[in-house]
Amino acid sequence: MTGDRVHVASAPLAFHELSVTYPRAVTPALQRVSLAVDAGKVTAVVGPNGSGKSTIVRALLRRVALTHGRITLGDDVITSLDARAIARRVSVVPQREEVQMALPVHEFVALGRHVHLGAFTPLGASDRAAVGDALERAGMSHLADRTTDTLSGGEWQRVRIARALAQQAPIIVLDEPTTFLDIAHEMAVFELIDALANEGRAVLVISHQLNLVARFASHIVLLSAGEVAAAGSAADVMRGDVLERVYDWPLVVTRDPAVGAPALVPLRRGVRRGGNGG
Amino acid sequence: MTRLALPLGLVLMCVAMLLAVGIGSVSIPVGDVIDALLGRGESHIVAIVRDLRAPRVLLAAVAGAALAMSGAALQGTLRNPLAEPYLLGVSGGAAVGAVVALTMGWGTPTVVTLAAFGGAAVSTLLVGLLARYAGGRAEPRLLLMAGVVVGAFANAVILVALADAPPDRIRGALWWMMGSTADATYGAVVRTTMALVLFGGLLLVRARELDVLALGEEPAVALGADVDRAARRTFLVASWLAAATVATIGLIGFVGLVVPNLARALGAHRHRAMLVLSAVYGAALLVSADILARSVRAPIELPLGAVTALVGVPFFLARLRKLSS
Repeated sequence: MTGDRVHVASAPLAFHELSVTYPRAVTPALQRVSLAVDAGKVTAVVGPNGSGKSTIVRALLRRVALTHGRITLGDDVITSLDARAIARRVSVVPQREEVQMALPVHEFVALGRHVHLGAFTPLGASDRAAVGDALERAGMSHLADRTTDTLSGGEWQRVRIARALAQQAPIIVLDEPTTFLDIAHEMAVFELIDALANEGRAVLVISHQLNLVARFASHIVLLSAGEVAAAGSAADVMRGDVLERVYDWPLVVTRDPAVGAPALVPLRRGVRRGGNGG
Repeated sequence: MTRLALPLGLVLMCVAMLLAVGIGSVSIPVGDVIDALLGRGESHIVAIVRDLRAPRVLLAAVAGAALAMSGAALQGTLRNPLAEPYLLGVSGGAAVGAVVALTMGWGTPTVVTLAAFGGAAVSTLLVGLLARYAGGRAEPRLLLMAGVVVGAFANAVILVALADAPPDRIRGALWWMMGSTADATYGAVVRTTMALVLFGGLLLVRARELDVLALGEEPAVALGADVDRAARRTFLVASWLAAATVATIGLIGFVGLVVPNLARALGAHRHRAMLVLSAVYGAALLVSADILARSVRAPIELPLGAVTALVGVPFFLARLRKLSS
């Protein structure tokens, strides 16, 4: 199994042989999935719907019980840490979130500081600076005074990313961060992800955008039905035969003409492929 | 709007309280009320104001504040604007304890208070256990449904207790189940105020955690909240707050439902502001409801719970319109 190339020691965030079976489910959602998220790099998890991508995030958030394996932050197993200790080290942008309160955007982002504040401590200068910085990096400074119930889907997504940035954790996990985003905003998010990694953070991104992942991630894990189908660099994972089998759809992998990264092109069913496939 | 909401609420509360002290079988002008409160004026007026009406009005105010704060905390934790202690079986559990105590003939304030707290404790425990049984852990959706189940069960127990009680005790228990401040004493005011300060204070201290919980389960965990524990803790504190009111003025519904929604409409979304506004407007609302209960069919008093239920009707109508639009 290619997923076994996990260096157990000292990866900031690592999943070791993770198995999860949801209550009342027949088949496991994850089966012995291992992956390490290194500092200074973008690691990506890709795979079809229902392949177990989001279950990895739910496991990290302790929302599902593990039937096997463990999750570690450095040398610590997360079950030995409390919720606050974990949140100081990992910030997570969950996949879905509805607007629950009509808060001004800057107050919403400031909730990212929760884990750094005691019950009685008000926001201090450093907290405000973190919020301002997070808003700027997510490109949302101009909307700081809007209320969250007036945002578009894309703005809401970026405000949530800003909240995770305000948390200032060395590890950041984003579950489908570019859902609802148009091309420009999608690229902006991946540029931001790249910049965060370049600053030394460990970044894990769960995404459907294979072509963008191929350009930005240095390590890709391809999941299929809860198991690791391929793992490694973009060249290792973005192979026509592998992807075609996992996605159960005819496709070719070509080379992006502009940047040279592997690029996937899905075909029409029954339409014969051109000569340069694979 | 938001900035004016607190001073406006405080003015409304004070006006309602002064009017409430003045209104009754002996009508007393506001000026005389203030004089009497300061110990000036005719001695029988001073006695009516200080010994009869002031404790009643104070009790209504404190209980209204407690119920509204309880509702605000429950709505945030369960992420449902229709959550409140009355509909969630929390008040019902407290009522079971109190009604059982009354029908058994142990009607002293201390016993009724303890019984109400015991009933609330048992019902919240049941709610937690039921939610856990259904889903493995205390998730808001499950807590809400479990609360409705326990509330229905509490009603059944109350009816059985009433049916089995000797006739002379039924009337007292019934009247008390409909909610009333008529028997208010300074002792009851002090007990309810202590609960309000203690449990309301605990909620205020945890206001930021409530904000985080209200975001939803996964975002809250991501931000470092221990959601299951925090939800249980808030549920418990909000229940005690409601139980304290049930113990002194009986079952009062809809204050905990309507007032936090009003606070939200006035622009309070963070829980600290919402809890404070809820307390002030809850006090104003229950004192006003008590004025209505006493004056609409004077000298007969309407049950206070019936008046607050009528306040709930326009609220639900407005909500219905909003849902359909």
